[in-house]
Amino acid sequence: MSAPAHSAAPPAPSMPTRRPVWAREALAVALFLALALIPFAAALGAESYLLSLCTRVVIFGIAALSLDLILGYGALVSFGHAAFLGMGAYAVGILSSHGIKDASLQLPAALAASALFALVTGALSLRAKGVYFIMITLAFGQMAFFLAVSLAAYGGDDGMTLSGRSRLFGFEWIKGDRAFYYVSLGFLVVCYALCRSLVASRFGRVIRGARENPVRMEAVGFPLFRYQLAIYVVAGAMCGLAGFLLANQAEFVSPAYMTWQRSGELIVMVVLGGLGSLHGAIIGAAAFLLLEEWLSGFTEHWKLIFGPFLVLVVLFARGGILGALDRVPGFRRWRGGHG
Amino acid sequence: MADRPVLSLVNLRKAYGALVVTDDVSLDIPAGEFHAVIGPNGAGKTTLIHQISGLAPSDSGQILLDGQDVTRLSMPQRVSRGLVRSFQITSILPGFSALENVALAVQARSGSSFRFFGDAAKEEALNHPARAALAEVGLEARMHMRASLLSHGEKRQLELAIALAAQPRVMLLDEPLAGTGHEESEALIALMKRLKGRATILLVEHDMEAVFALADRVSVLVYGRVIASGPPQAVRENAEVRAAYLGEEELA
Repeated sequence: MSAPAHSAAPPAPSMPTRRPVWAREALAVALFLALALIPFAAALGAESYLLSLCTRVVIFGIAALSLDLILGYGALVSFGHAAFLGMGAYAVGILSSHGIKDASLQLPAALAASALFALVTGALSLRAKGVYFIMITLAFGQMAFFLAVSLAAYGGDDGMTLSGRSRLFGFEWIKGDRAFYYVSLGFLVVCYALCRSLVASRFGRVIRGARENPVRMEAVGFPLFRYQLAIYVVAGAMCGLAGFLLANQAEFVSPAYMTWQRSGELIVMVVLGGLGSLHGAIIGAAAFLLLEEWLSGFTEHWKLIFGPFLVLVVLFARGGILGALDRVPGFRRWRGGHG
Repeated sequence: MADRPVLSLVNLRKAYGALVVTDDVSLDIPAGEFHAVIGPNGAGKTTLIHQISGLAPSDSGQILLDGQDVTRLSMPQRVSRGLVRSFQITSILPGFSALENVALAVQARSGSSFRFFGDAAKEEALNHPARAALAEVGLEARMHMRASLLSHGEKRQLELAIALAAQPRVMLLDEPLAGTGHEESEALIALMKRLKGRATILLVEHDMEAVFALADRVSVLVYGRVIASGPPQAVRENAEVRAAYLGEEELA
């Protein structure tokens, strides 16, 4: 066999040349830099308003990122993703109502609770496909919602107010809004880096392959269930982290965090930004929250404007905002061409 | 144990409601044999492949691989034991490059895929055997092309490369020539000729010319039943086969 011999000599001949990380991640770097500069811009104007809005953008960026892992890369349409947000938030609320206010305990509890919920509900819902999967995840989401409503000791329907933000080994690390913002942004950057590594890894390639053609993947020998369950748990835990941050931001926890409408909003964020690209999820979360804020300044019926806008995006900008930007000459090359 | 069959079907049966699609099929395929299954449309050939590969469950009967019962195993479990299939309707990962399509088959048999770090697309240990498999089917020049952009014949070649990269001991080929043009099928037949002896092969095919050129033994499936099994020449001359099936065809 002479053919493989000469092809083996130069590794991957016509692959695109490998650029340094900062160049491959130009869009992400620009995005995170812009977010890092927000507090300085905020200092010029209505600081606390702008900062709290952008903190929500960052937190929902993490939640949307986690949903993009399963929805965008795994083609698993989870309609109960807000439940994980609630799991993370209630872990903070319940522990803090029992006097445990340290993040060193709250954060692992939030991650463990949402991961466990993902493991149990994922193991059951991943046995279903397509519309049935959507319906089962929705059902589990509603189950979590009504469970929270029924927790009379923890405020039931009304939710509960926290006595303050989490501490870290007794230190008030996120008491100030600015510090909290940067801590949240730090988590977002770490989550992004984790997701980016995950989707390119062996594990991520199996997940992406299953999105394209599950039968083909099983026919080369991958038992898909365990891989999909694993990514479901990772996404659930990551969304639990967002829940932990959300509870701390509002210093309030309520069942409203896990309504099915909230799950729908998370899907909208990911689709709006661009499925299966990771940056898209963050851009989508930002676009959604900023548009909501801006439009609701004009009218309380802002959804009347937002709805048709979303329809237009889905119809005419396939691939969401990121997809539209990619059509600008040179943009795709600049951003690194992921996804 | 040279003469023990690598693949045995024992009284295999499957029905969809009242329609019996696999009716008491028993077949022994010794190591290294190129065995072809022919039969008219609707004879249950693809269902048989689905049952052997694990894509469709069997109602009763047994499938033995090296004497071990694999009837209840899932498709991935059978693949890990060396039982690999291709599909009649091209089944590839359209958004992946040809190389990654094949590299995934290598990945499936090369250690754990629960690795969350490191760029899988750059793993030379996966890409090297994948390139060799692509070279073997003559698709090397196309390896960085998106699989969806390949021509139909090239997609069929890619499927064979994927199956090869899984290092099968038994290959189930479900009409690899389906929908290919004359030149494409010539190339695929030449390729299958080269595969002969490297793995035990069970081929389901419509193309008689290909079947009689390649097969060591031929089985004829009609309404889910094996009505004849033997060397190509004997099957060709079998009166029952002629009446049931071959009579419709041009016979050399």
